[in-house]
Amino acid sequence: MTVQKRQPRGVRALALLAASAVAACAAGCAPGSSAPPAASSPQASATAVRTDAAGLGNVTLTVWDQEVRGGQAAQMEKLNAAFQAKYPNIKLNRVSRSFDDLNTTLRLALSGNEPPDVVEANNGRSSMGAFVKAGQLRPLDAYAQAYGWKSRYPESVLRYSRYSADGKLFGEGNLYGLPQVGEVVGIFYNAAKLKKLGLRPPRTWAEFETALDRAKTGGEVPLQFGNLDKWPAVHVFGTVQGRTVPPSQIGTLAFGRKGASWTTPENVKAAEQLVSWVDKGYFAKGFNGQGYDAAWQAFGKGQGVFLIAGTWLLADLRKALGADLGFMLPPGATADAAPVATGGTGLPFAITAKSPHPDAAAAYIDFITSEDAMKVLTETGNLPVADTGEQTVADGPQREVFTAFGTVTAKDGLVPYLDYATPTFADTLGAALQDLLAKKAAPRDFLATLEKDYKTFAESNG
Amino acid sequence: MAAPPGEPRRVAYLYLLPAFAVYAVFLLYPIGRAVQISLYDWDGLSLGTWAGLDNYVAIVADEGLRAAFGHALVLIVFYAAAPLVIGLALAAILNHAKVRGLGFFRTVVFLPQVIAMVVVAVAWRRVYAPDGSLNALLGALGLDALTRGWLGDYTFALPAVGVVGTWFETGLVTVLLLAGMSRIPLSLYEAARLDGAGAVREFFAVTLPSVRAEIAVALTLTVIAALRTFDLVYVTTRGGPGDSTSVPSYEVYHRAFGLGQVGSAAAIGVTLTVVIFVISFGINRFADRRTS
Repeated sequence: MTVQKRQPRGVRALALLAASAVAACAAGCAPGSSAPPAASSPQASATAVRTDAAGLGNVTLTVWDQEVRGGQAAQMEKLNAAFQAKYPNIKLNRVSRSFDDLNTTLRLALSGNEPPDVVEANNGRSSMGAFVKAGQLRPLDAYAQAYGWKSRYPESVLRYSRYSADGKLFGEGNLYGLPQVGEVVGIFYNAAKLKKLGLRPPRTWAEFETALDRAKTGGEVPLQFGNLDKWPAVHVFGTVQGRTVPPSQIGTLAFGRKGASWTTPENVKAAEQLVSWVDKGYFAKGFNGQGYDAAWQAFGKGQGVFLIAGTWLLADLRKALGADLGFMLPPGATADAAPVATGGTGLPFAITAKSPHPDAAAAYIDFITSEDAMKVLTETGNLPVADTGEQTVADGPQREVFTAFGTVTAKDGLVPYLDYATPTFADTLGAALQDLLAKKAAPRDFLATLEKDYKTFAESNG
Repeated sequence: MAAPPGEPRRVAYLYLLPAFAVYAVFLLYPIGRAVQISLYDWDGLSLGTWAGLDNYVAIVADEGLRAAFGHALVLIVFYAAAPLVIGLALAAILNHAKVRGLGFFRTVVFLPQVIAMVVVAVAWRRVYAPDGSLNALLGALGLDALTRGWLGDYTFALPAVGVVGTWFETGLVTVLLLAGMSRIPLSLYEAARLDGAGAVREFFAVTLPSVRAEIAVALTLTVIAALRTFDLVYVTTRGGPGDSTSVPSYEVYHRAFGLGQVGSAAAIGVTLTVVIFVISFGINRFADRRTS
């Protein structure tokens, strides 16, 4: 019982201790005070940039990447080896971790005093945007000029790595990174099943809906889909929205800028169309309780005629379906309508503001995104973000993916992922879409939820 | 007055010092720091700005967060109450019947505790999938009308997650209670039987009061597990469908590492710590008072 009596005193002492620790700290050590003051952005520093990597002396570059899987790892190893052979004076210290690990550790690494020189930073506001705001990344415009990146990369691709110097505006302003690979959300189809149903790959959106209907009456799963992870529906909704809403409006909404609205008739139409697909039973049964991976794996096993998904699934689906796999951009209202598709880039490579070797770092980024590098990327089964049309690949699904990406970037038809819009939009949209698809929310309520998040952010962001 | 015999008492603090230093560095300092961060508006990168109690006010004002704490309370039923009832029954039977192969049953019941929660979650995700084994079982029983994507269903997602918790915690509770029951002197049971008590009466008159301390321990452990559920929700539903399975711990992780709202995340963490502290303090107080 003595223990019982003593306990309150222990508690009080603990509280006192915590309180005094806070008090002692209140003035001097606000969180983040050990971090550098937001660098007066080294605005393409007046000192001319150097592109003669061989003449930079002995340098060690620390590179953090997330190229750990299959073809991604293969291309990185190949390119790094080639870079070392060409520039023996620059030593690479490569640190690679999975996407999730990189995302959670990069924050801490960048706020340290000796951050890595080159990092792969996710494009979104809570990653690259936050790093730019904190003055942790170096604007690359001077290097882009010197190396001619702007002529090789279409602007619709580069804008995914652009931020204003204060990190507020996304999609315009300084260039903070350069990606290696591209991605686009399109429609995978099972060619054998289409043939059995007496259909051909649809050339218009109306034909696509007809095909879904025919698949339904033919006893197939028209559209394979698994939305347990919340975000997969974002890609499906984005694809539907691309048919009804003008791409410029989608861009404004998705980059979280002022001047657009979610509650337009066009957006209502998109939401209603999505709900009508639920009503007509086009989606796989129980989709809100099915995992994303399980869904595309089911498509690979022949369950489902269509699958709306990104090109990152190409390698796995090809292994499963072989020649039966087909890929196309979402068709427009007419067969020759300009292509519009949700898409973007792989994680861009950026240079940290504190790196003592920005010239060497830029040379490295240029090397792994050069024309030769794009060939290596193709050989290792990746989708190069530039020069896509010029690559030689075998006929079949891989060719279809390359053609699709080449076409949509050449015609500036890429629209950004909708979850880029605000720091919280991925959650808002993911949860709202689950509500919409489960018919817990009507299309107009769904859009009102999105509008609230978007407007709140766009207004406060200036 | 002469000092009591033996070593001077104050030297005892010196002996405590090493352990206290470790405790302070790895526990007290981080707690203090978390409390401090929770009073700032901080993105984890740039300089934080003083926010006072704004983050705490926001917790109360935010409907979604209130719901998250509500979900955690619902999970207590599945994590603590249900395992306790099942565990009491199982332990009483195992103890009373003196079954052969007791060790085997004890191991089987305890097995879920040995498996990492992430593995448990991945396995149950498959069980609950639209084409998973639960629906297959229901189909085989002719109950097709009941089949659904369990984790994607607004009504059943939270109970579905809770059932995993019940399955996980029952073993721990059973083994704890079994240990307690095995210490009850047989003479007590004999006395009860001589007084004409049946098995049920015997359970409530002898077994239950004797394992009160074990019940307190079991409840403390399982209630804490319920309130800080993270991995299970992270792997199975990510808080969905909609926000119907969101829990405070998941919000802490999500805000700190996903959204960069470190101050708000710390405030939720501190609040959660206080809630856990109060509840487990209450449980122990309750158990102690009844024994004394």
